Amino acid sequence: MTSITPVELKARHSKIAKKNVWLSRSLILPALVFGIVLTQIPFLVTIYFSMLRWNLLMPGQIGFAWFKNYETVFTSGDLIPSLAATVGITTAAVLLSLACGLIFALLLDRKFRGQALARTLVITPFLIMPAAASLIWKYSMFDTGIGVINWAVTSLGFQPIAWSTDYPMATVIIVLTWQFTPFMMLILLAGLQSQSKEVLEAASVDGAGPIRTFQWMTLPHLRQYIEISVLLGTIMLLQVFDPVAIMTKGTGGTKTLAYLLYERAFIGLDVGQAAAYGVVTVVLTLIVATIALKTLFKVFMAGGNR
Amino acid sequence: MKKLKASLLTTLTWLLVLGFFFPVGWMFLNSFKSENDAASIVPKIFFNVDLASFQRLSERGMGDYLLHSLASSVSSTILVILLAVPAAYALSIRPIKKVQDALSFFISTRFMPAAASILPLYMIFKTLHILDNISALTLVYAAMNLPIAVWMMRSFFSEVPHEIVEAAQIDGANFRTEITRVVLPIVIPGIAAVALICFIFSWNEYFLATLLTSNNAKTTPPFLASFVDGRGLFLSVLSAASTVAALPVMIAGWVAQKQLVRGLAMGAVK
Repeated sequence: MTSITPVELKARHSKIAKKNVWLSRSLILPALVFGIVLTQIPFLVTIYFSMLRWNLLMPGQIGFAWFKNYETVFTSGDLIPSLAATVGITTAAVLLSLACGLIFALLLDRKFRGQALARTLVITPFLIMPAAASLIWKYSMFDTGIGVINWAVTSLGFQPIAWSTDYPMATVIIVLTWQFTPFMMLILLAGLQSQSKEVLEAASVDGAGPIRTFQWMTLPHLRQYIEISVLLGTIMLLQVFDPVAIMTKGTGGTKTLAYLLYERAFIGLDVGQAAAYGVVTVVLTLIVATIALKTLFKVFMAGGNR
Repeated sequence: MKKLKASLLTTLTWLLVLGFFFPVGWMFLNSFKSENDAASIVPKIFFNVDLASFQRLSERGMGDYLLHSLASSVSSTILVILLAVPAAYALSIRPIKKVQDALSFFISTRFMPAAASILPLYMIFKTLHILDNISALTLVYAAMNLPIAVWMMRSFFSEVPHEIVEAAQIDGANFRTEITRVVLPIVIPGIAAVALICFIFSWNEYFLATLLTSNNAKTTPPFLASFVDGRGLFLSVLSAASTVAALPVMIAGWVAQKQLVRGLAMGAVK
């Protein structure tokens, strides 16, 4: 390359900058348009639907119902239990899988024989198809006749437990915890491995015991990883549907918002009412998620920002 | 003393790991049993290998469902990558004003439950006659995975040193050279990780598949769920079906563990 004067360099810079703005916009546009067409516009249509009196069983009687559907949603008494089920299942599953994930992350961070194999086995539940996981747990683990867990329970001299009918909430939470523990473990393990070994060694030379080292050094270091894994886990679990649909069919206080909506729309065939449930679900989820998003962006801005 | 403690800890670790993995291992074993052995009240660890269950799967037409799953997952993953890579590139290497706005918009769409948009989409697909069609699934899966893909891709792109890109631009490298020679070689592993994660999410998806497909495009998860109403003994054939359905993703995940961890952790922390 021939040498260039500072003036020329500046000119090139500004030319590039102009080109960059145009280019950036055209690069981001397809994704933006796709997202808007498939998620935002349909949401607006859902709001419109929610104002309609529209039952698929009575196709001739479509008309405006205004806020009638919302009245039904709030007075039918289904919403609060559903919200409670969603929040309860999400909270329990997030906290339990975080705890289990942290234990596995700490255990797998050590060097030992077969470490790689052990890690591979632990991440498997996250990879397995959730529908398959629910079915396997329901029949081969929890079943009163042929389930392994009940075989163990009866071998110890207790009565078999009808898990999915007597303890539906616990059943769903156990399966979700099993599925999300690897996810939490992976993020926390990445956090543990990014911890500086020298600092830890220095702490141990200075006579800090493992518990104090964990409490004062590892835990603060893991904080942002814990926050992130909780937030991502919450996003995914708030929309939980599979184990509810497969194991309990929404009985015994496990009817989450996602399942309630499914029931209304595709079993009840009432489009207007289902749309109203959809809108309310979105608003409630957004309230929960906004709190999460705020924390997320705080971490996000502090992190890899150019 | 220290050695003893270490080996105790290792034993404990393995006990927990094996206990945690047990349901998967048990599914594996059950799929190779006869229905009678699988339904035994006292769990059978030793048994005669019986492949009848796998045969019954092909009789029930599982091959078609697997193909539908494969088609919708692969096509939606390709679509997501085609959309997400340029967007993430623009967001991180050529940041424009209000980058954060665009980014938070992308992420917020992931917070929006499928509930928000599924009814109108259902109606539109019905009108367009693409209900129960792979293309409908492809579109909704792409929309579902796009936010997460953009988010993760952005963090991989921010690993590309800014100076290198700038130097290439000053040297008069055109856009194509900049992409193919400078940026792509650095982010290819990242793209692979994101593609893998999108594939897994699509392959495993159940809710939208139940709603949008019935016969012609039914994917594997709804097929599995149809076992719920199964009469008689079905544990072995159910285990076989679950094993076959889970195996592709399990193997891909095992092989690409490093990329998977990177994708999740990077998207998360950076």
